Amino acid sequence: MKDNKNVIIDIEHLSKSFGDHQVLKDISLYIRKGEFVTLLGPSGCGKTTLLRMIAGFLQPDEGTIMMEWDSKGGKTEFRDVAGIPPHQRPLNTVFQRYALFPHLDVYDNIAFGLKLQGVPKDEIDTRVRKVLKLVSMSDYEDRDVESLSGGQQQRVAIARAIVNRPKVLLLDEPLAALDLKMRQDMQIELKEMHQKLGITFIYVTHDQSEALTLSDTVVVMNEGKIQQIGTPIDIYNEPVNSFVADFIGESNILNGTMVHDRKVNFIGHDFDCVDEGFGENNPVDVVIRPEDVYLGYELEGAQFSGTVKSCVFKGVHYEMYVDTDSGNELQIQDYDAFEPGRTVQMLIHPDDIQVMKKERVENVINCKVIDETHIEMFGEEFECSAIPGTVESGAPAKARIQFSKVDLMDHEEEGNASGEVWFILYKGNHYHLTVKTESGEYVYVDTNDIWDKGDLVGIKILPEDIIVETADEQEK
Amino acid sequence: MKKLFAQAYIWVLLVLLYAPIVFIAIFSFTEARTLGNWTGFSLELYKHIFTGGVSGGASLMAAIKNTLLIALVAATFSTLLGTVSAIGIYNLKGRKKKTIQFLNNIPMINPDVITGVSLFLLFVFLHFSQGYLTVILAHISFCTPYVVLSVMPKLGQMNPNIYEAALDLGATPSQALRKVLIPQLRPGMVSGFILAFTMSLDDFAVTFFTRGTIGLETLSTYIYADARKGGLTPELRPLMTLIFTIILVLLVIMNVRQARTKKTTR
Repeated sequence: MKDNKNVIIDIEHLSKSFGDHQVLKDISLYIRKGEFVTLLGPSGCGKTTLLRMIAGFLQPDEGTIMMEWDSKGGKTEFRDVAGIPPHQRPLNTVFQRYALFPHLDVYDNIAFGLKLQGVPKDEIDTRVRKVLKLVSMSDYEDRDVESLSGGQQQRVAIARAIVNRPKVLLLDEPLAALDLKMRQDMQIELKEMHQKLGITFIYVTHDQSEALTLSDTVVVMNEGKIQQIGTPIDIYNEPVNSFVADFIGESNILNGTMVHDRKVNFIGHDFDCVDEGFGENNPVDVVIRPEDVYLGYELEGAQFSGTVKSCVFKGVHYEMYVDTDSGNELQIQDYDAFEPGRTVQMLIHPDDIQVMKKERVENVINCKVIDETHIEMFGEEFECSAIPGTVESGAPAKARIQFSKVDLMDHEEEGNASGEVWFILYKGNHYHLTVKTESGEYVYVDTNDIWDKGDLVGIKILPEDIIVETADEQEK
Repeated sequence: MKKLFAQAYIWVLLVLLYAPIVFIAIFSFTEARTLGNWTGFSLELYKHIFTGGVSGGASLMAAIKNTLLIALVAATFSTLLGTVSAIGIYNLKGRKKKTIQFLNNIPMINPDVITGVSLFLLFVFLHFSQGYLTVILAHISFCTPYVVLSVMPKLGQMNPNIYEAALDLGATPSQALRKVLIPQLRPGMVSGFILAFTMSLDDFAVTFFTRGTIGLETLSTYIYADARKGGLTPELRPLMTLIFTIILVLLVIMNVRQARTKKTTR
């Protein structure tokens, strides 16, 4: 695994806050020499902040960034780069909106870094021409950068960075501003460039297909935390939690129960699987990719059946939604079309079932005791079931609430507290929502109602569904 | 009919605006001592300015020299100060930024007399002996906000990553400022400089209160004193005409240049 000889950047326990908002929480990550690493996540997950800290534009609050460093004596060492300004770091960045210098032409933009280093004029000349050729922009050296198209500006921005022969190239969503066709062409070129140059690439994107196409290693981030690190194939086939499964590709995420090793129950049936070590009769999340469900009107070895609800042609395959005999909805992709309304038989291979530990089985919320039947939670007062043990006003406690017992209201005033729908996961027969309260805490809700991301909702919980444990109760 | 009325309105307005200047310009081509008498076409007054044969003589020439020197120094310093302040203000956030931008606007709205008197009191309070230095300091203080105002929009148009890109490519912060930021802001700085120069050139009130008693005269204070002595020195007529023409030419050049750069960036 971690072999120090090959590591070029080592990040340990990095945290960063802007005001009250913590953008990065305890990030640890190492990057091998020559690797193409992608930081992938939705906007606001902290990926750009992490990149800017590596570049030196931001300083971490906590933690260290170690980097391979050529010292003056020609020796290569590994050093902490805290406090070292960006212009001294052996890295170069390709910025989101190119950030070319409009007052310089293509040649001078690319030569900018070399001129600062005092490289002799004829060497600058050969190096600039070489990178121009590499990015296929040879005839453009005298052009004004503002007269170039978006794709051409992007190439100049890449050339301007790699001409300095950095140890690591940082790319901050470099293709986000290009149209789809151009983006796909540039992806291929970037990949080729990476192989040709042998430089380590750290690439930031929110586009999961881009990450899967380009990377050797994908780092999936959400809410300032690393969710999973792995090869594109690992990340796709073996997501560690429902966020990763949902974010990467398309998937059916279902509630299940681990019967025992190599046997899992979901959508009302027992399935053989290859996963072990989840205990017996423990709740788990199960991921089935849409292309991994085999369909047929008559299917040998079928495990369950269902009714086709809809069938849409998607180019190479058909995308179907099928209601199973147990009332779950599955998204399925197949090269053959199946008629809506017909009954079909289905089968899933043990290899294609990905079992994940549930991140949580109920809400556990920090609260404060007010009296025997009232607590303060999300900054509001809630009535709760009688608190066991000695009740001391103002004492910290934990409230346990089942996902299905949280009611969401259309109007914020109708609930005891209010919040915003933050994240939605479809679980086959119900939605699992993450609601961010006004106090900034998260509450998880199972519901059959349809909500949209960003909806403002009232949060209502019946007193008997709030089980409070005080600190001394937990000790027992 | 309505159209005719609108056209007439514009013309009346323009005539009212430019009549005094045209009047002065016409009478600069005659030798009469009192303004308004036409004694035949002559370039004699123009000749006087360049040969030094002015009736006011050396003191008018000294006033012109003082005016230009003060304007040049004040405009240069306020351009530097204003540009640096604009960059600082641009990088502030939220309420702080709004407050400082508001504070920057006050000196521009403030009547010159008040600025002049308050600076006068300040210099007295600080026991500054008044003269060149105080006039220049005063001019810098009221010109700088105009520079800030003309540089700010250029900063807004700039790609915010440009400065970081320069650092990333190995430039020290001061190199990034010189090689990337300043060239980007240059058009704003030039128009700020010209604005500051003309503001300083035609200032009367502030100069009057801060020049002290060493007998420092600029063009505006000279004309004021001259007019009070009884009638304008006739050579001031061609002088004003020349200044107006130079400003007009500068303005035309600036506009043409602006139109051209707009075309090339498109």
